[in-house]
Amino acid sequence: MADAKVIPFGEEPRTKRRGRRSPAPGRTKRAASLTPVPAPRPESGGRPESEEPATPVEGPPQEGGGGWERKVAHGLNFLRRRITGDYEVDDFGFDKELTDQVVMSALRPFYEKYFRVEVRGIENIPEKGAALVVANHSGTLPVDGLMLQVAVHDHHPAGRDLRMLAADLVFMLPGINEISRKLGHTLACAEDAQQLLERGEVVGVMPEGFKGIGKPFSERYKLQRFGRGGFVSTALRAGAPIVPCSIVGAEEIYPMLGNSRTVARLFGFPYFPLTPTWPWLGPLGLVPLPTKWTIQFGEPIPTDGYPAEAADDPMLMFNLTDQVRETIQHTLYKLLVQRRSVFF
Amino acid sequence: MGKVVLVTGVARQLGGRFVRRVQREPGVDRVIGVDAVPPEHHLGGAEFVRADIRQPTIARLLAEHCVDTVVHMDVNGTPLGKRGSRTMVKETNVIGTMQLLGACQKTPSVKRLVVKSSTTVYGSAPRDPAIFTETTPPKSLPSGGFAKDVVEIEGYVRGFARRRPDVAVCVLRFANILGPCADSPLAQYFSLPVLPTVLGFDPRLQFVHEDDAIEVLRIAAGEPARGTLNSGTFNIAGDGVLLLSQAARRLGRPTLPFFLPTVTWFGSALRSARVLDFSPEQIRLLTHGRVVETRQMRETLGFHPRYTTPEAFADFARSRGAGLLPPETLARTVDRIADRIAVALPAGRGLK
Repeated sequence: MADAKVIPFGEEPRTKRRGRRSPAPGRTKRAASLTPVPAPRPESGGRPESEEPATPVEGPPQEGGGGWERKVAHGLNFLRRRITGDYEVDDFGFDKELTDQVVMSALRPFYEKYFRVEVRGIENIPEKGAALVVANHSGTLPVDGLMLQVAVHDHHPAGRDLRMLAADLVFMLPGINEISRKLGHTLACAEDAQQLLERGEVVGVMPEGFKGIGKPFSERYKLQRFGRGGFVSTALRAGAPIVPCSIVGAEEIYPMLGNSRTVARLFGFPYFPLTPTWPWLGPLGLVPLPTKWTIQFGEPIPTDGYPAEAADDPMLMFNLTDQVRETIQHTLYKLLVQRRSVFF
Repeated sequence: MGKVVLVTGVARQLGGRFVRRVQREPGVDRVIGVDAVPPEHHLGGAEFVRADIRQPTIARLLAEHCVDTVVHMDVNGTPLGKRGSRTMVKETNVIGTMQLLGACQKTPSVKRLVVKSSTTVYGSAPRDPAIFTETTPPKSLPSGGFAKDVVEIEGYVRGFARRRPDVAVCVLRFANILGPCADSPLAQYFSLPVLPTVLGFDPRLQFVHEDDAIEVLRIAAGEPARGTLNSGTFNIAGDGVLLLSQAARRLGRPTLPFFLPTVTWFGSALRSARVLDFSPEQIRLLTHGRVVETRQMRETLGFHPRYTTPEAFADFARSRGAGLLPPETLARTVDRIADRIAVALPAGRGLK
C-alpha cells in the first residue's frame, strides 16, 4: 500500500536516513524501546487497596504455584471490592481500579500484539503536574485514543493516567458513555479540560474531532483544521505545557473509502464509513487491519511564560495552534518516511 | 435587640430540624415557623403560624413581627404526604416564592434572605460539562417539573436582589439531600427493593447529609464569619461522587436496567401508582448524573461539610436497613470461596 504524499526533509540526507533504519529491524528495535513499566508506581493515595503492587494480569511472573495462588487471591479480593461497591471514583467518574485491572488488561493484547505500538518520547510528558497532549485523530473508530491511553499508562515512568476528552456523541450512546466515563474520559469542552488541568492531570485531546477521524482514506495523514484552537487557550489559562503527539498507523485500520451520508443522517452520526469490509461483511467488517503503529510524543511547548490575558489574544492563539499543528504534521511525515510498510 | 427569623416550610422534616437548630443560635430572639399545614413534629420553642405563603397574609406577618431574616425552605420537588398534587407543589414553589419575595420587598425590616434551591437548575444532559460551577449555564433548560420551578424561583430571587440591594440574599443550591429522615425523591427511590436504572448509563451522583444541610442554612442565616461572605449563590454538596451502580451495591439492592424509552413508561406507571415520584427530571438525573463544583462553598461561604458523599450515603444506608443483597453477605460469600480454594490447595497455604 502506498504511503501518503511525503514531503522530504532537508535535515539529513536520505541515504543516511536509510542507513540508520536498516540495522534496526522492527522487532529488536521495538524490544529495546518497549521496556516495561520500571518500578511499581506510587499510587495517588487515598485508596485502601493501593498497597497491592500487582494486579492479576500485569503482575510479575512468579515461580511455582505461588504465582497463580496469589492471582486467585487478588482476583477474589478485586471481586469482593467490586460487588460490595467498595471502590472510589473521582468527580469525573474515573474508576482507576477498573481501568487498571480490567480495561487496560483487555486493551493490552491489541496494543502489544495486534498493533505492536512503538512509543517514542514518552519522557516529554512531565512526571507530575498538568500537561495537555494534543494528537492527530484518525481511523474511523476512535481506537487511537484508547491506544494512546494504554501507551501513557504502560510506558510513562510515573504511570500517569491520560484523561482523554471525547466528543459529545460518546456521552449520548448508552454503554459507551458508561465505560468512557469509567476510563476517565470526559466531554471535550473548555470547562472540563480546565478543571482537569487545574487538578494537575495529563489531558489528551484530539482537536481534529470528527473531521479527522472521519476523513476519507485518500486524505490520510493530512491534518485537518484544529477546531477553533480552544485547547491552546485552555492550556494557557492553566499554564500547562502542550505535548504534541503524532500517531502513525491508525489511519489504515479501517480504510474509509466512502461515506454514506444518508445512513449517517438516519442514525444521527457525523459520518457512516464504507470500508472494503464494512458493512458488507457485517460484524466481521469491524475487525481492524493489523497495522503497525508508532506513537511519538514531541517536545513540550511551554505555556507558562505568557501573561494572564494572553489566553484572550486571538493572534497568539492562532500562532500557537499552528505551531502545534505543524509540529504534529511534520512528525507524521517524518515517521512515514521512516516506516518500512504499513503492516510491519 | 435580637434577630427575628421567619422560616417557611416547617412542616417538612428539614424545616422542622432547622427551626429547632436556629433557636439555639446566640442572638436569635424569636423564630417563627410558617407552613400551610401544621407540622407533625415539635418545633422546640418556636412559634408556629399557620399561613399559606401563596396568600398576601404573609406580608402582614412579616411586618407584624418585624422579621429581619427570612429563610425560604418551602421549595420542594414532591408534595408533603400522599394527598398533595404536583400542581399544588408547583404553586407553592412559584406563586409562594413570588408572594414571599413581594412581601419581603415591602417590609423594610428584612435584612437577610436565604433560599433553599437545588442543583436541578443545571439540568442534566450529555452535552453538559462534567462538573457544574455556579456560573455554568444549563445546556438544555428544564422543560418542566421541579427543575423548571427552581429556575423560575431563582429568577425571581435575582430580581428581588436587584430591587432590594440592601438585603443580603443567599441562594443555596443543594445536591440531593440524604440522611436518616430525609424525604427527598431520591431517598424514596433508594428505598425501593429493586432499583430501576437506565441501561448503559451509570450516572455520577452527589449527596449532602441532612446535618450538613442544616449547618449550612444556619451559616447562611447568620452574620458572616470573618473572611467569609454569605450572600450569593452557592453549590452545596459533599465531597466525592458515587456512581449509581456503586450506590446500589453499597445499599445491597439489585438494579433492574431498562431501555431509556421504557424507563419513562415505567416511571410514569410508578408515579400513577403513587409508589414513587419518578419524574422526567429524576430519570434524567439517573441517566446522566450531575456533579457540582463546591469551591465557592468552601472558600467564600466558609462551610466545610462534615460528611462526604459516600459518608452521607453510608449514613442513609444504615437507616434504611438491609436490602436483598446485603454487601456483608456478598463479602462473606467471596471469603468462603477463598477459604474453600485455600483448603483445596495441596500445599495448604492460605490465600491471605
